[in-house]
Amino acid sequence: MPKVTIDGREIDAPDGVNLIQAAERAGIEIPHYCYHPGLSVVGNCRMCLVEVEKAPKLQIACNTRVADGMVVHTKSERTIRAQKAVLEFLLINHPIDCPVCDQAGECKLQDYYMDYDAQASRFPLGKKNKKGKALDVGSGVMLDQERCILCARCTRFFDEVTHTSELAIFERGDHCEIDTYPGRKIDNKYAGNVVDICPVGALTEKDFRFRMRVWYLHRTPSVCGGCERGCSIDIYHHRGRIYRYKPRYNPAVNSYWMCDEGRHGFPALQGETRLTAPLAQDKDRLVPETWASALRRLASRIREFGNANGANSIGAVIGAQSTNEEAFALKRLMVDTIGSDRLATVSWSAPGASGDDELLIRANKNPNTRGLAALGLPAHGLDALANAVAAGELKMLIVMRADLVRMLGEEEFVRRFGALDYMVVLDTDANETCQMANQVLPIAAYPELEGSFTNFQGRVQRLSQAFPPPGQALPAIEALARLGHALDGGERPSSAKDVFAEMAAAESSFRGLTLEALGPNGAELAGLSS
Amino acid sequence: MERILTRWIDIPDLRHLNVYEAHGGYKALRKALFDMTPEEIINEVKASNLRGRGGAAFPTGVKWSFIPKDSKKPVYVCCNADESEPGTFANRYQLENDPHGIIEGILITCRAVGAHTCYVYLRGEFNLQKRRLDEAIAEARAKGYVGRNIMGSGFDVEIYTHRGAGAYICGEETGLLESLEGKRAYPRNRPPFPAIQGAFGCPTVVNNVETLTNVPHIITRGGDWYKSIGPEKSPGPKLFCLSGHVNKPGLYELPMGYPLKDLIYEVGGGILGGKKLKGVIPGGSSFPIFTAEEAVKVNMDFDSVRAAGSLMGTAGVMVMNEDTCMVDALRTIAHFYHHESCGQCTPCREGCGWIEKLLIDLEAGRGRMEDLEILIDAATNMEGNTVCVLADSLSMPVKSFVPKFRDEFEEHVRLGRCPFRETGTAAKGHAAAAAAR
Repeated sequence: MPKVTIDGREIDAPDGVNLIQAAERAGIEIPHYCYHPGLSVVGNCRMCLVEVEKAPKLQIACNTRVADGMVVHTKSERTIRAQKAVLEFLLINHPIDCPVCDQAGECKLQDYYMDYDAQASRFPLGKKNKKGKALDVGSGVMLDQERCILCARCTRFFDEVTHTSELAIFERGDHCEIDTYPGRKIDNKYAGNVVDICPVGALTEKDFRFRMRVWYLHRTPSVCGGCERGCSIDIYHHRGRIYRYKPRYNPAVNSYWMCDEGRHGFPALQGETRLTAPLAQDKDRLVPETWASALRRLASRIREFGNANGANSIGAVIGAQSTNEEAFALKRLMVDTIGSDRLATVSWSAPGASGDDELLIRANKNPNTRGLAALGLPAHGLDALANAVAAGELKMLIVMRADLVRMLGEEEFVRRFGALDYMVVLDTDANETCQMANQVLPIAAYPELEGSFTNFQGRVQRLSQAFPPPGQALPAIEALARLGHALDGGERPSSAKDVFAEMAAAESSFRGLTLEALGPNGAELAGLSS
Repeated sequence: MERILTRWIDIPDLRHLNVYEAHGGYKALRKALFDMTPEEIINEVKASNLRGRGGAAFPTGVKWSFIPKDSKKPVYVCCNADESEPGTFANRYQLENDPHGIIEGILITCRAVGAHTCYVYLRGEFNLQKRRLDEAIAEARAKGYVGRNIMGSGFDVEIYTHRGAGAYICGEETGLLESLEGKRAYPRNRPPFPAIQGAFGCPTVVNNVETLTNVPHIITRGGDWYKSIGPEKSPGPKLFCLSGHVNKPGLYELPMGYPLKDLIYEVGGGILGGKKLKGVIPGGSSFPIFTAEEAVKVNMDFDSVRAAGSLMGTAGVMVMNEDTCMVDALRTIAHFYHHESCGQCTPCREGCGWIEKLLIDLEAGRGRMEDLEILIDAATNMEGNTVCVLADSLSMPVKSFVPKFRDEFEEHVRLGRCPFRETGTAAKGHAAAAAAR
C-alpha cells in the first residue's frame, strides 16, 4: 500500500486511488466540482489543484494517483492561490442569484466560496454573459445555463451510466452551455440523478424546486420501497412530510444512483387515503374506533372462529410490501398463538409497470419478496386459501399490506373470497380491499418505522424511522404484539430490534444478523456468500 | 544558404512525383526500409537533435522512443497540419508545394515507430492544401510508396487525410486526437501521454508537418550533417513566417540561430514606411513580446529565444512598428484566444473572456489603473493551471505587453481614450501596411 504525505500527515492509501480519495481517508477535504467517483475523470474544473512536491506545476488531485513517497500540500500558498483563482473565475459569469436559487444551502459554489475564497468580486456585474434560464429540458429536470459551471457531470452521467447522451455541451469558451439536442428532450428513467450530482443550481428538480428550503429538511437513511432492488436512499423530510428522496451510495446495490420511479414514489405514501384510526364495519359503513376496542373485537372474533371451526379456519395473507419483522411477527402469531398454518404471500406489481432493465429497475415492484421467501413463507398460496374458502374450511382472513381487490379485480375477489365470514386488513391506506373488510387496522408506511427489507439479491437492508406514523396508525409489529396480548395476555417484543433478534434466532436465513449490525449498506442473508 | 525545406523555390513542379523522384525523392525511404532498422532510424533522428517545429520544441527522436516497442495495440502516426497559430503559414506552403516531402517523412516515421496507419489532420480551411496532398498520396500509392508492401519491403502504411472544422484548439495534439476520434476537441489531461494512449486509445506519435519534412533529409545526409546547421542543441533549417510592419513579409528558410535583427532588416527589408521598430513577437501570437531593444539582440533558435525571455514557438515572427497601439494589439490577441478557448476548463474559459473585456474597456478609454493589476493577476492565475497551454498562450502576451509597454496602457487610462486612434496614425499605419502588400 503506497504511503503518501498530505499536509504533513502520512496516509496509507490503496493502490490506484487518487489524491482526493486518499485525503478523504485522513479527513482532509480537497475541494472539487467535476470529479465524481461514479464517473470518469475529466479534470476540467481545476478546483482540486494541489501542490505535489517535485512536480513543477500544481496537479489536479482527481487525476493524480497516489504513489509511494508522494508529498502533497493542500493548504500551501500556491494551492490556496489556485483555489481562490478558480473560484473567482467560476463566479465572474455566474449570476449570483442565490436568493431565488433552489440550490442555495446545498450549493458547492456557496460552500467553497465561504471555505476557500471569501473575497470581493473584481468583475463588474453588468458584463456577465447571458444564457438560458428556467429551461424545461424534460423528465422533470430544469436547466439554468447561467448557473452552470460546465463540470460535465450531467453529460458524463448520460454518456457513461445510462448511455443515452441526451445532454451535451454546445458553443465554445465562455459561451459554452449545457443543452439538449435541437428538438429533443431528456427522456430517461434515471434523469433525477443529474440533479443530484449537479454541484450548483444549474439542474434542479421540477417537482422539488421552490417547495422547501433545503436547510429545513432532515435526512434519514432508508431503503426505497419502489421495487425489489431496494436502492439505498436518504429521505428528506420536514414536520412529518417527505419532500424528496435521494440515492445513498451503496456499492452492493445501487452505487450512487436511483431511478426516477423510486425517487418519485413517496407522494403515494402521504396521500389523502392514509388511514389514521382503526375502523370497524357498522352495517354498510366503516366507522372509527379506538385501538383497545378494535383489538378486543378482533381477539374475540379470532377466538370465536377458532373455537367454532378450528384454528385452520383462520388464514393470513402477507404482502411483499411488509418488512421482514412484520412478516415474521404475523407468521409467529398465526402459527404459535392462533395455531393456524394457512399462510399465503402476495407479491404483486400493477399491470403496465416497468420491466427489468440493465441498470437498477426491477419488474417486481415489491421491496421484500425475497424476505418473505427467506422466512419460509409460501411463494403464493392464495389459490390454496381460495380453495379452502370454497370448501367451507376457511372462514376468517387477516390481510397485511396486500390490496387483494385491486390485484384480483372485485368480481374475482368476490368469487374467490366472498364466502369469507370475516376479513381484517392491516394497511396504510383506505384501499379497495379495506372497503370489503369487517375491520381495518392502520399501520405505518415504511418511512415511519424501524425494520428491514431483503432485496432480490438477498441483502437485508435497514429502514429507519424518519417521523412517526400519522394519527393513530401504529407500526404493524406493535399492532400485532398488542393483538397477541389481547389473545393470550402474553408479552411480545414490539420493537424492530427485538423482533429481528427473535427472527434471527428462529429463522436460519437470518441467523447471525442483528438489526444494528446491518450497517448502512446492509448485510447478506446467512449462507449466501459461501 | 542551400534551400532544403523550400526546394520547390528552385525546383519547379516539385509537388509532382516524377520531379520529386528526379531530385532524390523517396531515396531516404528506400534507405530507411532496406538499410536501417527502426532503432537506427530513431537513433539517427536523436543524433540530429531535431526538435519539434509545432511550437513545443520537444526532441523528435526522444518522442518516438517513448512508443512501446512491444505494443499489442496498433501504433498510429498523426501528422499535425492544423496550422492555426496567428502569424504562421509555413505548413500551408509545404502542403501546396512539397507534399511528397511530407509523405516521405510520414513513411519513415511510421517505419521508425512501427505504425501502419497515419492520419494527417489538416485545418478546415486547407482546401487546396488537402487536394494537393491527396493527389500526391494517390501518385505515391500508384508507385508503391504508400499502401501494402511498400517497395517490396513487406512494410505497409496507409495514409488518411482529415480536415478539421476550423478550431484553433484542434492543433493542440490531444485536442487533435479527440477531434480525429469524432469528439469535441477537448485537450486531454496528461498522463497518459499520446505515446501510451493516443488515437483510439493506442500509442501515437503526433508530429508537425515541418518536423516530418526534416526527417528524409536527416536519413539521407545523417544526423551529424543536420546538427552542423545552426546551434548544435537546436539545429536545422527553419521556416520563418515573417509578418507585420516589414517591407518584405513572407516565408523564409534560414538556419536556426539566425539573428532576428537580420531577419527583420536584411531578409525582411526593414520596417515598413521607414518607421521605428516597437516590438516583435517571435513565435506566433502565443508568446511574450520583445521590445525593439530586446529583439535586435536575439538569435532565432529555441534556446536563445527562451534565454531572452520568450519562446520561438512556430517561428511566426510578428513585427510591430512605432504606430502600433500595444493595447489594441493585445486586445486583438485576447480576442483570438477568447474566441478559440474550447471552454473545457475553468481558468481558460473564464479568464480569456475576462481579459478581453478588460482590454476592450482599456482601449476604449473606459479602463481604470487597477485594471492593469487585474490583467496581470488574471493572466497569472490562468497560467499553468489548465488542461492545455491555450491559457498560457494568452497569459504570456498579457504578462509581457503590460509591463513592457506600461506607459502606453497608463496613457489610455489617463487620457480616457486611445492616443493612437486620436491622431489617426494607427489607422494610417494599418492602411499603409495593407497597401504595401
